[in-house]
Amino acid sequence: MADQQEERIPVMQQVLDNPFLLLFLGITIPTVLYVLWGVMEIANIPVAR
Amino acid sequence: MTTTYRICPRSGLQFDTNAEKLMRWHAVAGVLSLLVGGIMALGVILTRWPAVKLLEADVFYMVLTAHGIDMLIFWIIFFEMAVLLFASSTLLRCRMATPKLGWVSFWLMAIGAIMTNVAIFQGESSVMFTSYVPMQAKWHFYLGLILFAVGALLTCFIFLGTLVVAKAEKTYEGSIPLVTFGALTACIIAIFTIASGAVILIPTLLWSLGYIREIDSLMYRTVWWALGHSSQQINVSAHVAIWYAIAAIVFGAKPMSEKVSRSAYFLYILFLQLASAHHLLSDPGLGSEWKVVNTSYFMYFAVLASMIHGMTVPGAIEQAQRLKGYNKGLFEWLRKAPWGNPAFSSMFLSLIGFGFLGGISGVMMGAEQLNMLIHNTIYVPGHFHATVVIGTTLAFMGLTYFLVPVLFKRELLFPGYAKMFPYLFGLSMYMVALVMMGAGTLGVARRHWDMAFAGSPMAYEWPGAAYLMMGLTGIFGTIACVSGGLWILQIVFSLLFGKKLEEGEMRSTPIPLTLPAPTPGGAAHPPATPGTMVLALIFLTSFILYYFVNWKYLSSLWSMA
Ligand code: HEM
Ligand SMILES: [Cu+2]
Repeated sequence: MADQQEERIPVMQQVLDNPFLLLFLGITIPTVLYVLWGVMEIANIPVAR
Repeated sequence: MTTTYRICPRSGLQFDTNAEKLMRWHAVAGVLSLLVGGIMALGVILTRWPAVKLLEADVFYMVLTAHGIDMLIFWIIFFEMAVLLFASSTLLRCRMATPKLGWVSFWLMAIGAIMTNVAIFQGESSVMFTSYVPMQAKWHFYLGLILFAVGALLTCFIFLGTLVVAKAEKTYEGSIPLVTFGALTACIIAIFTIASGAVILIPTLLWSLGYIREIDSLMYRTVWWALGHSSQQINVSAHVAIWYAIAAIVFGAKPMSEKVSRSAYFLYILFLQLASAHHLLSDPGLGSEWKVVNTSYFMYFAVLASMIHGMTVPGAIEQAQRLKGYNKGLFEWLRKAPWGNPAFSSMFLSLIGFGFLGGISGVMMGAEQLNMLIHNTIYVPGHFHATVVIGTTLAFMGLTYFLVPVLFKRELLFPGYAKMFPYLFGLSMYMVALVMMGAGTLGVARRHWDMAFAGSPMAYEWPGAAYLMMGLTGIFGTIACVSGGLWILQIVFSLLFGKKLEEGEMRSTPIPLTLPAPTPGGAAHPPATPGTMVLALIFLTSFILYYFVNWKYLSSLWSMA
């Protein structure tokens, strides 16, 4: 039992146990890939005159 | 605000009394929205039924707007807020963070919902659920939505705050439970959803008040769908968490692998929201790279995650049943499942319908080329009624049967109806989804009060099958509305007149954490799950067949060769 407490927690588990890191990832990824990239493409459409 | 804790004698769950009251109010507000949305559904369905054509065009669009918003936004999100409170304070056995703020949040949501409904029923805000500009609604339509969203955002923060409380006060050890993790996924997606909503709805409000001259329609659609699509992913995360919860409640099932299930949720957090782009596949102006990256390369990771959940939930049930000795053949575990228990049957119909009808059609229409087959047809509502009605709504309704005695402390009235309800409502919705998709494949438009375009220069002669399927939509839709209406009556009557049940022990401190007793003789090897494997293979086969049939269909649509 004693050595089980010493056991290192795997990195992936540390990520999944950190709600604020998950929050950060879950907001940044769609903001960059979907919103910012999409809005930039639309802003670059030349305006008709 | 100090609180007390109630130990429910029927479930052993511990409720923070503040949180419990909020959960009840959110659930009731949700069911009231469902009532309004359901009455509107009847109006929609009876108008789209070609032989009935109940409503005139202008009324139809008002009713359709109310249907979409009351169902998809108010019913579902009110209920989800109750789920967030439950998954945090109850499952972590701790106090709820900032209960006063919880009430601020509830009232913002309630006032917002009422305000938007008033705007809709005044008749000058029939912009439908998507409220695309340049169609303009009255200012209070947008303001109501914004207030509702701010309220929901506060509850998301309370959820995160409660996680912090539980960790600081050490009410759990190690990782949060899987169901709470699912709720966390829902909460994260909700925060992105609401932020996107604010970015687009606040300017739109100012535009409706005349402070902004113009809003670009493509810009609007792009940012709006970060709200519109992501909010559906809150639902997916929440109803998958409920599947796991019901499997645990009904069967005592343990997740097959915590690691796998959590990683699947992690994929949701990373990728699910990108699929918003599938709503813009037919829009000019956005490049193929953007479309393909968002809806194919990354979105398939999220689809993979759903397939993982779709396998691990029945797999966990199969394991639990086999451990109880239901070992004969491939499917004894499933045959001997409690089909008369509405929490289980709702959950199982939700899982199968979500996967087979919603999932397969969603992947098909999410491919850029195939999307052209069904864009803006009634196929689209066919698909999403399989996801939000069969997947989410049915799971929530099934869970409510469990909540009546546990959260509301009332005995359920008319238990005979409860046994039938999931089949009546669920299977009629299966049919509605199927026939809408059928009609859509033939090209019948969505959001049109008259499929024949009578009297217009665009009048079109449909094949008989299209009329047949729209007629069937009417018939099965009516069955769904009536059975759903009876469910609402049953729940409301039970809450008002059901026998009051024992409260259970009240405490001023939470029960200290007790560690589960170690299993003697080491962990038993869990049984294999061949039945679930067969189900998964059937799923994959149907998936592949359907997908390629549609490519074939696409190639024959225009005779160019
Ligand atoms: C009670 C059974 C229900 C029936 C019979 C029903 C029927 C329909 C039909 C036929 C349409 C398509 C109308 C058209 O495009 O012309 C529709 C639209 C819609 N439904 Fe339902 N529905 C039901 C329940 C629900 C529920 C529970 C939800 C959400 C949780 C929902 C969400 C929506 C949404 C968002 C739309 C799109 C509105 C728009 O196009 O703006 N429905 N419904
Ligand atoms: Cu979507």
